[in-house]
Amino acid sequence: MKQLWDLAGVFAYLSLLTVGGGMAAFPELKELTVNTYHWVTFPELLHFYSLGQLSPGPNMMMVASIGAVVGHIPGAIVALVAFFLPTGLLTFAVGRLWTHLATWRWRPAIQTGLGSVAVGLVLAGAIIMGMGAITDVFYGAIGLAVFLLLWRTKINPAYPIIASGLIGIGMHYFGLS
Amino acid sequence: MSDAEAAPPPPSLGKLFWVFLVMGATSLGGGVVAYLRTGLVVRQRWLDDLTFVELLSISQTLPGLNATNMSILVGDRLRGGMGALVATLGMCLPGAILMTGAAFAYGIGGDDPWSKAFLHGIAAGAVGLIVVVMVQLGAKVLKTPADYLFVAATAAAVAFFKVSVPIVLLAAGAIAIWWHRPRDRDSKGDPK
Repeated sequence: MKQLWDLAGVFAYLSLLTVGGGMAAFPELKELTVNTYHWVTFPELLHFYSLGQLSPGPNMMMVASIGAVVGHIPGAIVALVAFFLPTGLLTFAVGRLWTHLATWRWRPAIQTGLGSVAVGLVLAGAIIMGMGAITDVFYGAIGLAVFLLLWRTKINPAYPIIASGLIGIGMHYFGLS
Repeated sequence: MSDAEAAPPPPSLGKLFWVFLVMGATSLGGGVVAYLRTGLVVRQRWLDDLTFVELLSISQTLPGLNATNMSILVGDRLRGGMGALVATLGMCLPGAILMTGAAFAYGIGGDDPWSKAFLHGIAAGAVGLIVVVMVQLGAKVLKTPADYLFVAATAAAVAFFKVSVPIVLLAAGAIAIWWHRPRDRDSKGDPK
């Protein structure tokens, strides 16, 4: 039971850090789920996060995976509700107030200012994730190839990600990893 | 595409849930915003493009994921509070069930060297995806050299100096917002 409360607290807190997208919460996600509560190991977190990129819908449904690891189905439900409720209520309230805020003179400042901080948080997340996933030059090449492909073409990201996994299997077969 | 004639009657809650469920189940590969626009503006014509962009800009300003924020805002516009609830549930349900299933499958087969090799591969690929997301986000929001400094300072503080994120968010956020503060001196009370 205590674990469910811990899950609720952790994911409600992480929810509020998702400024500019789910990745902004990744550094704290790692800190809390891996280092503080030991719910998953860092490689497990990376695996769930990457699988989450392949699943349809919002790209942070992997919080359900961590919830399920800790507390099975109830854990998954608690993690999801905690992760979506606080910001959901905020969005609901602000959505209704929006007509008043649309012309507020500080709004562009907040949008641009928080925007650059959000990009910084995503970069921090990419660095932390890279330190775990890019373990040698081969994996670096996979990451770089996916980056170039998605940056230069309009291909659905699911394809290069799945291809990365198949290359991982190939590298295992040939004893490269 | 501005085929915004007479506003169509709002959909039933069941229909709203169904349309969001379909989008939640088919939006593979992350680009949920594109799926939302196709579903809501082009196919169902529940929103015009102008409203869609307006709601999207609220979604992007507030914390929370774009996909769920959009579901809440669109659901509320169409059917009030219950609409927001069923739209969000529809959007989240397929992915939530899949990822819960993934956790159990992982418990069974996650230690297998072949699945480990696959997962290590997709994790490396996901790093590339995240860098692309960052570059695209950056292209939209980074305008002055100072913005790049805010990005570097935020990333270094969190990734290398282990400063906790709320502190960085408050400190760097306050400085960055102040940097971009409204400075139109000639306007008195003109909200622009």
